[in-house]
This record gives sequence, C-alpha cells and structure tokens, in this order.
Amino acid sequence: MNRLMTRRALALVLGTVALASTAAPQDLLIRNATVHTVTDRGTLERADVLVRSGRIAAVGTGLAASGATVVEANGRPLTPGLFGGITGLGVVEITLEQSTVDYAPPPVGEGHGSAAESRPEFDVTLAFNPESAVIGVNRADGVTSAMVAPGAQPGAAVVSGQGAVARLDGRADAFAAPSRTLFADLGVGAPAAGVGRAAQFMLLEQAVREAKPTASMRDGDFRLLTPAGREVLARYLNGGRIAFGVDRASDIRQVLAFAQRHGARPVIVGGAQAWQVAGLLAQVKVPVFLDPLVNLPGSFDQLGASLENAARLHRAGVRIAFTYFNDGTHNARKLRQAAGVAVANGLPWEAGLAAITANPAEIFGLGAEQGRIAPGYVADLVLWSGDPLEVTTVAEQVWIDGRPQPTRSRQTELRDRYRPRAP
Amino acid sequence: MLAAWVMSAVAAPDPYPSTYQPLAAAPTLIRNATVLDGTGRRFDGADVLMRDGRIVAVGPDLAADGATVVDAQGRWVTPGLIDVHSHLGVYASPSVDAHQDGNEMTDPVTSGVWAEHGVWPQDPGFQTALAGGVTTLQVLPGSANLIGGRGVTLRNRPATTMQAMKFPGAPHGLKMACGENPKRVYGGMGRAPSTRMGNVAGYRQAFADAQDYRRQNEKYQQELADYESDQSDRRRKGDDAKQVPVPPKRDLRLETLVAAMAGEIQVHVHCYRADEMAIMLDLAREFGFKVAAFHHGVEAYKIADRLAAEGVCGALWADWWGFKLEAYDAIWENLAFVDAPDKGCAIVHSDSEEGIQRLNQEAAKAMVRGQRAGLDIPPERAIRWVTSNAARSLAIDGQVGTLEPGKMADVVMWDRDPFSVYAHAERVYVDGALVYDRAAPAAAPASDFLLGQPAGGAQ
Repeated sequence: MNRLMTRRALALVLGTVALASTAAPQDLLIRNATVHTVTDRGTLERADVLVRSGRIAAVGTGLAASGATVVEANGRPLTPGLFGGITGLGVVEITLEQSTVDYAPPPVGEGHGSAAESRPEFDVTLAFNPESAVIGVNRADGVTSAMVAPGAQPGAAVVSGQGAVARLDGRADAFAAPSRTLFADLGVGAPAAGVGRAAQFMLLEQAVREAKPTASMRDGDFRLLTPAGREVLARYLNGGRIAFGVDRASDIRQVLAFAQRHGARPVIVGGAQAWQVAGLLAQVKVPVFLDPLVNLPGSFDQLGASLENAARLHRAGVRIAFTYFNDGTHNARKLRQAAGVAVANGLPWEAGLAAITANPAEIFGLGAEQGRIAPGYVADLVLWSGDPLEVTTVAEQVWIDGRPQPTRSRQTELRDRYRPRAP
Repeated sequence: MLAAWVMSAVAAPDPYPSTYQPLAAAPTLIRNATVLDGTGRRFDGADVLMRDGRIVAVGPDLAADGATVVDAQGRWVTPGLIDVHSHLGVYASPSVDAHQDGNEMTDPVTSGVWAEHGVWPQDPGFQTALAGGVTTLQVLPGSANLIGGRGVTLRNRPATTMQAMKFPGAPHGLKMACGENPKRVYGGMGRAPSTRMGNVAGYRQAFADAQDYRRQNEKYQQELADYESDQSDRRRKGDDAKQVPVPPKRDLRLETLVAAMAGEIQVHVHCYRADEMAIMLDLAREFGFKVAAFHHGVEAYKIADRLAAEGVCGALWADWWGFKLEAYDAIWENLAFVDAPDKGCAIVHSDSEEGIQRLNQEAAKAMVRGQRAGLDIPPERAIRWVTSNAARSLAIDGQVGTLEPGKMADVVMWDRDPFSVYAHAERVYVDGALVYDRAAPAAAPASDFLLGQPAGGAQ
C-alpha cells in the first residue's frame, strides 16, 4: 500500500472494493443464441441460457425467469468467456517500463549465494493489479480469465516461480487455488540458456534433491533453494502441476521422464515440436499449451514448427490449449485469431474453441468450474457479432459471473476522442 | 546542376544491381472470380487475363485466346500483397546470434549501411510470406539508430542471391527512427542520444553535414566544368594544362542523405507518437526531404488529417500495443481513421515474420473496427492497405499494387474472401508465373536451411 495514501482514502478504496464484490449478481436470461457449449451437447441453435447468482442455471429452449435481465441474442453466437493463455495480465502494464513490470523473479545470485539458485516460492499473484488497463482492453474483447505467470528473465533460473488463473472482472480475490502452477523453462528459449540444457536438467535434479532431501544430506548440500523454496517445490513434486516451457521433441521426452521420476504433473508450454511426440503425450495424458502461429524455426529447438501442430496433436488425442507468445499479455485478445488459424490448418472448429475455453480450464484444475456453458458453471459468457474465431467478429457483450462487463476500455475512450468528424 | 550531380555521384548505376529475371509464364486466364483490383474497385464474376508477365485485362467474359484457364468459381482475386516493413533476411529464422544483421548498433547515424548487404536469401520466412500472398516486400534496417540505413525492395521469389530478388528499378528506402529505441540503445551506452532532444539534434546534424557535403560536391562539379571549358581554351592557345580538380572523398553516410533530400530515396520513419511525427514533418521541411510513410504510427489517428494533407502514409499494425510507453495509445481504428480523410494513405505493415504471413487478416481486423466506428470501408477499399497504398509509399505504384492493364502480373487467388481467418492463398503468381500452389506443395522446402532437417521443416 502506498505510504502516502491517507487513512481516509484507504477507507474509501477498501469500501469500494467491498461493495463491488458483495453486490448480488442480477439473474440473467440470454435468449435465442447460438450456444457453443463446449460440452458433449455441442452447439445449440436458438437456445437460451439462464444465469442465477452468477452461475449457469439452465441451458435449453423456452426458458423463462421472472425478474431476470433478458438479453435477446437474435441468433448470435454465445461462448464461454475466453481464456487468455499464459500471460502477464495484471502484473505488467508496459513491457519496457521496468517500474510497471512485476512478473520477474528476483535476480539470481542476490539471494543466498549461488548463481544457479531457483526461487520456486516466488509467487507472481501477489503483484496482481485487477485494475490494469491491459486487462480492460482484453476483457472488452472477450477474455475473462487467464493464467498469470511469472515472467522468465534472461539469465534467470530454470524454475521461475508460481502463477495461477485469474478472473478478470476487477475483483480483488482473482485467483482460484486449484489453478496454482509452478513454471520452469528449458532449452534454448530458457532464461538459463546461458548454461546448456544438460546443465539445466542437472540444476533441476539438484533442486529436487534439496526439496526431497535424503538423511545423509548436510547443510552445505543445500545450495539452490531457500527453506521456503524447498517447501514449495516439495509440494509440487507431490502431485502438483509444473508447466515446462520447452519446444524440442527430445526435451519434451526428458520433461516427461523427469515428471514421472519425481511425481509431478507436467504441462508442456511451447511445444513447437510436440507433434513429433504426439503419441507419447497422448499416452501419458500430458497437455500442451501451444501457439498455433509458430510455424518458422525461430530457434534450433523449433525446426519442426508447423501450422498443423495443433491439428496433429488433437488428432493423436492430446489435450491442447492455446497461448500467444508474441506479447500474449497486451494481445491475449489475439488468441481467438490464432485458434482460427489452427482451424484453417486442419483443427476441427469445436476443438479450436475448446483450446481457448474448456481445455485451459481443465489443464489448470478448473474444468468443473469454468470454460463451458453448462449448469453449475460460472457464468463467464461472451456474445459475439459472428463466428468467434473469425477476424471480422467482435465481442458485443461480455459477462463474468453473470455481471455485464464494461464494453468501454482505455482504447475506446481514445477512439471516441479522435473519431473523424462526419464529412 | 544539383540533379546532375546526384545522378552522377549518388544514383550512379546501382553497384549491386538487380539480376532479377521474371520466370517464363504462359498466358493465364483466371475465370469467374470476385476481384478486388487494388484501385478500390470490385468486380463480381470477373476474369483476370495475364500475358507476358503483365496484366492484360480484368472484366467479364474475357476471351481465353489460348491462355491457360483457371476456374475461380467462388474464389477471390487480389493483387499480390506488399509489405513495406519487413526484416526477413536481416533478422532471419532461426533467430540465432549469427542472424542479428538488422541493426548496425555501433553509431546512431549509419546511413551508409544497406539492408540488402545483410539479407540472407535462405530465410525460411520468405517462403511462408509467399504462402500468405506477399509478392513484394521492403526489407529495412531496424530502429536502434536515428538513421539506420537503406532499405531494399525485393520481389518475393526465393533465390540464391539477394540481387536475384531485388525489385528492378525500385528506389532505396531510408530508415529513420524516432523516440524510445535510439535513446534507449545509445543512452544505455552512455552516449548521445539519450533523450528525444538528443534524437532530433542527431538527425539535424546528420542532415546539416549532408548539406555541406552536397555543397562540396556542387563546388567540385563547378570546378570540373570550369576546368573542362578552360581546357579547351588552353588547348586552342597551346598553354600548359591546369591541374585537374580533385573530387571530395566519398562519404557513404552523407551520400544516402543527399539522395534522400534529392527525392531519390523514399524516407520511412519509425515513429509512434503523434507529437513526434509532427516534429519529423518539420525536420523534413527544414532539410527539404519528404517523408514517404510513418511506420508503426500507433498514434497516427491523432493527426490523420495532417498526414493526408501532407501526402504521408501511415504504415500501421492492426492491434500491436503496450510493449512500450510510446505504443500505449493504440486503438483498433487507427488504420481506418488514417484512411478516412480525402487522400488518406493507410498501409498495413507487419514488422514480423508472423504478421507478414497474414496481412489480409490484419487488414480484416482493422476494416471491421472502422466499419463499426461508422466508416464506409468495403473490402475493395481495405485491400488497398496491403496493395496499392503500400506500392505508393515504395514508389513502385507504376508497376505493382493493382490489377490495372500493363502492371506486373502479381496476382493472388484466395480460396474465399481474403478478409477471413480461414482464407488461404491458393495460387500466387509473380510476373504472371505460378510461384506458389497450395494444391501442389513442393516436395522440398524452398530454403536450403530446412533441407534435410529431421523434422522435415514442416511449416
């Protein structure tokens, strides 16, 4: 909290927050929509969705509810709110202005000594600012939740810290506990790329030994992790979720073996060459977060990059979700275009939508809560002007927990200030 | 006098001349397509006839007259797309240390460097851009420097040498950069410029030096002319020969700036903020050059009328923003608002090996936001943002950018309305020759780099 803030101002701020989070959501009936449920029910034409107390109460035809706000969809598509991918939403405002960047773990070598140290206890969610203008811009375009992840810094450690999934309606308690995830990066894209990948795996193994020490280990054997870090890593190694940023097929195999050895549930992030090990990924049920736009060999880890990566993984039975690597924070809204590109390159349309709704929710432990339009699910919904994966479509109304979200953002304010005068 | 010197000293025959050769192409008639011709016109159910590498006609029921007929029922046809801002070849894939050839980050004014000398023709990005319908592109130096060097316009026909891709007769571009990048790069080294003040002082001193260089050369030309007429006098009189005047030492940095002031090089300025663009327009007036286009121009919409009035294009993204403070005021409607005034010139540019593969989609996003803001922007208007307007800023609009008769036959046949995420370029013609055919993927990748890689260079 800003030391200069007066007690009175503080009370006002807290008062506002309390008011916002306790206001009862209005019941809502969206009528006559093309409802993309992202469930086994598929797409329902001319269907109604009833929302009570922020949750979806019913999906069907001819629904009625007294006292509910009624929205006539006129056949327009309704989808679950979009998942923005793995982002820095709420923890970065302007990428190159360091004073606005809060996703980076502490620089290595400034803690307790070793340049190879990792800080799994680093928790980026503590820095989350639900009022960030970057969130408003993306939310106006249908992004209602996203993974807020620690940002790997050049020269940083293999393990970069923890993130979690945030709901993006400005609430203070934005994070869902089951979504907490530990992030690590390997290969040439890794911040620790200064050391080769064999050294990266060595450091990772050493960190594991410190988190799960044997009786013979002495004080001097703990060189990478703080006591808090050991505690956190031990928790993730006990069936927790670890997202590994990795592209090359051989590294993916190593990650799978590592996770199996130590009892973690891996998520592959990147996976430019994941299609080359699609069968294995399907077999061990490990999901992949990928950017469908990556089709060039940006590095020697991506020689097999392909526009068909998503389609091939899906065909093999791998659960896929999408993230946008070229500024996926400010342009998390571009994910639905990326999904469209995947569909244009062989992915079934329904799978494309699932990769930015239900699948990421599933991967981060929220599959029974969000990402689908079904009774019991949170009412995070978007009404679109057309096909939600199409570049000529815009979000016309966004709801989170059944509450209509502002259609205005900093960008629409600028637009209206400078709108050309009618000729 | 000035023009004569510029012709002799600066625009002297290109020392790295184009060896580009159009492929031999049989006449082709694309039959029954929806045609957006790049001039703002739309034809439904029209044919496009190409012969000898040129557009012959666009219209209904053209006679095949021996041409190969391509059925385009349900398809759309546009001119080949043009990207005015690419770093393909100078920041090639893979993005390894050895491929960092786009910024000569050793001095804030490096107008003597030419992007074409850093272009690696084996960049796999050329081929993926071609699959996106891009037939011409300008490769520019990066924006680390105030004056980064000359850009080169290439035909997107992957080749073994840069010269074999060089657009015959296209003028060079000059890359300049405003704002944060130069002052960050050099300020970080503890040298000028470290502020926007320093940036402008840097441009001004460079152009002032160029003015002086121009004077020296004009003086030399005068001395040479005097000497030559004097010589004939002396010869007649049988006098001893006078000493031959010595030309000033060539300065490659200043040659480029003199050529820019003479209008022989198109000036492209990386600039985000409206207020900085206004300063650059004054700078251009101070030194007598013209800005062809502001690139990135995230705030171009704030001065759209002025840009239109001064005939300056805005080469813009649909949606990039927020990565630095000068990119904070982005709006979806930027392209549409820059396009709106009479003589407005909006261009969709990529600055990205990803974006260049889908310029049509970037234009689509901007088009629909403009429409929703109440502007009348049909597809036949928006297609100009990636074709004729781009050609205009590169001063190649006499040859490419539209499907008017006589233009080079750079043509894309799309499998549907190109303003769709699902659209694919099915057939891409350069100079009337089919250089990309989605239905017949080449057996081997076009880039040597991807050849024989275990993963197959899938793309």
